[in-house]
Amino acid sequence: MSTVATSREPRNPMEDFLRMDRIPHIWCSGCGIGVVVTSFADALRKSEKNLDKVAVVSGIGCTGRVAGYVKLDSFHSTHGRAIPFATGLKLANPELDVVVFSGDGDLTGIGGNHFIHAARRNMDLLVICVNNFNYAMTGGQVAPTTPIDANLSTAPFGNFEYPFSLPYLADTCGATYVARWTCLHIRRVTNSIQEALGKKGFRFIEVIAPCVTLYARRNRLGDGLNILKYYYENSEIRHGADTRTVDITYQGKITCGKFIDREKPPFLDCMNTHLRKSLGDKYVPYGEKR
Amino acid sequence: MKKVKADPKGVLVGAHYLDGDYAIAEGALAAGCRFFAGYPITPSTETAERFAERIPMVGGVFIQMEDEIASVTALIGASWGGQKPMTVTSGPGFSLMMENIGLAAMMETPLVIANVQRGGPSTGLPTLTGQGDMMQVRWGSHGDYKIIALSPDSPQECFDLTIHAFNLSEMYRVPVFIMTDECVGHMHEKVVIPPADRIDLVERKWYEGPKDKYLPYKPDKDLVPFMVKAGDGYRFHTTGLTHDERGYPVINADCQDWNVRHLQDKITKNASKIVKFEEDQTDKADVVVVSYGITSRVAYRAVQSARKAGLKVGIFRLITVWPFPEKRLAELAQTVKAFVVPELNLGQIVLEVERVSAGRAAAIPVSHAGGWVHDPENILKAIKEAVK
Repeated sequence: MSTVATSREPRNPMEDFLRMDRIPHIWCSGCGIGVVVTSFADALRKSEKNLDKVAVVSGIGCTGRVAGYVKLDSFHSTHGRAIPFATGLKLANPELDVVVFSGDGDLTGIGGNHFIHAARRNMDLLVICVNNFNYAMTGGQVAPTTPIDANLSTAPFGNFEYPFSLPYLADTCGATYVARWTCLHIRRVTNSIQEALGKKGFRFIEVIAPCVTLYARRNRLGDGLNILKYYYENSEIRHGADTRTVDITYQGKITCGKFIDREKPPFLDCMNTHLRKSLGDKYVPYGEKR
Repeated sequence: MKKVKADPKGVLVGAHYLDGDYAIAEGALAAGCRFFAGYPITPSTETAERFAERIPMVGGVFIQMEDEIASVTALIGASWGGQKPMTVTSGPGFSLMMENIGLAAMMETPLVIANVQRGGPSTGLPTLTGQGDMMQVRWGSHGDYKIIALSPDSPQECFDLTIHAFNLSEMYRVPVFIMTDECVGHMHEKVVIPPADRIDLVERKWYEGPKDKYLPYKPDKDLVPFMVKAGDGYRFHTTGLTHDERGYPVINADCQDWNVRHLQDKITKNASKIVKFEEDQTDKADVVVVSYGITSRVAYRAVQSARKAGLKVGIFRLITVWPFPEKRLAELAQTVKAFVVPELNLGQIVLEVERVSAGRAAAIPVSHAGGWVHDPENILKAIKEAVK
């Protein structure tokens, strides 16, 4: 008699990728973060990466919780500090693929300085930023990405500050790969993550995502479906668009696509090349594959 | 816990004429530190410069980060990547580091931070000495946690204690601090670096059990949990949130109690193994001078004068400042009249001495706001007063 089980419980393919002992997650229904996590899982599967060698680092916030759910070496660091944490991790163990998964406020508000410098150094990190235009974990405050006129609890009469355009910021700081999508573009987000996983250097993918509970409710934009409909009607794919022209305005057009794809040696390659040139045989290379 | 000998590649064997800052860099290299992230700040910059110059010939990474917040955070990432990392700073940079010193304590991450103290608060005296961060190192980040802090009094001790700091951080999975100051940092003296086979190192306890059974925060018998590094297939999680043995967040009072008490107990219950100090003629002393770092060297002169004048004065030099050597000082408090505590601040460690004495002996501060060392005469005067 065979001991091999012939029938099995139905299994979700995401189970290999998620910490099932931490599910259900804390995200609201209608939130876009889960969609991006699914795309990330799909991209990892398609890229056939050894998952033992992929690490995720998050900061604090709704998207900051991603590190807690993915079944990888995963680090939930402090607010804004995912990038320097990931920098140390990558440099300590260069064989890792280190992915920073965090929100717009975390990465470009409190963590803005780290963001621009990691891009400048071309640190070999993939940064996935879920942009929901507000600080959602703390109850919907204005963020560096909030479009002018959007109403939030610390901009109760509407925002009047100029927001960052994140692809433009990443581009000017030297990122090797810059793309923007919305949560509606599930397949394109997946493909974009897969493509970026195959590249080196500071790679940045922004995914515009609905915050139904706070941003949408406060601005009377409807539920998740209404927001996806807005994305559907207002997203425009322009690959290679000049990042100076991809600003987001309140309920305006959202330019999506792959804007930047350039080749440039990352930090460790620059270090090894430069020091070998300067020091010759005296130099002991670091982190190169033998 | 694995005991190993130093890797000869990082050990600059010989007798050298070095300042304290350089000696820290050499100590780090001898201890196997191959990852340094830092930000320039007087009077600590020379350590970063020395490391940047030496590491290419040893094999490792020096990275100048955008600020001290990034520096210490990169250390935490590097430590989880398997490195023994270090940074160095001074007052304002130390303040910036506080946020992620808390993260390092919470994630139980081995790393070493040297603070070459200068006069504060704020920008204070960038080029002049001070010892005003002695309480900040103990309490600076929010919440309850414990750390280990050492205080070298010479360039030789900067070298020796940096190695010791790495060993302690690996042993207890905790950030360890080298609390030196501008005087020792910039003081040139003879530093003897022994051959690698005479430098004893300790490696963190690496977990080697089944991959799906690893619990990053399950205390071992010595209360220190085992560690793994990213990339080894354990697929572990760690967080700055209050967490259970799995490293998973648990937001309630019970887990908070378990988590925070563990961070404290790990140090408190091992304190007798951690604490180091030096004593001289304390047995029959009427007065004991308690000091640390550069101030202990100035105090020595005052003690010599007092002894010449026939006074019975002992010396107690703190090498480990935190955990505080409270057991021994409490014993001494039963036999001496008073402790005289000179320090380059307006009274920090003297408060600990007073707490430990619990009224059995007086704790007399000899305060100095920093910028220069004490005039030994002032310490002598305090000793004479105390004997009365």
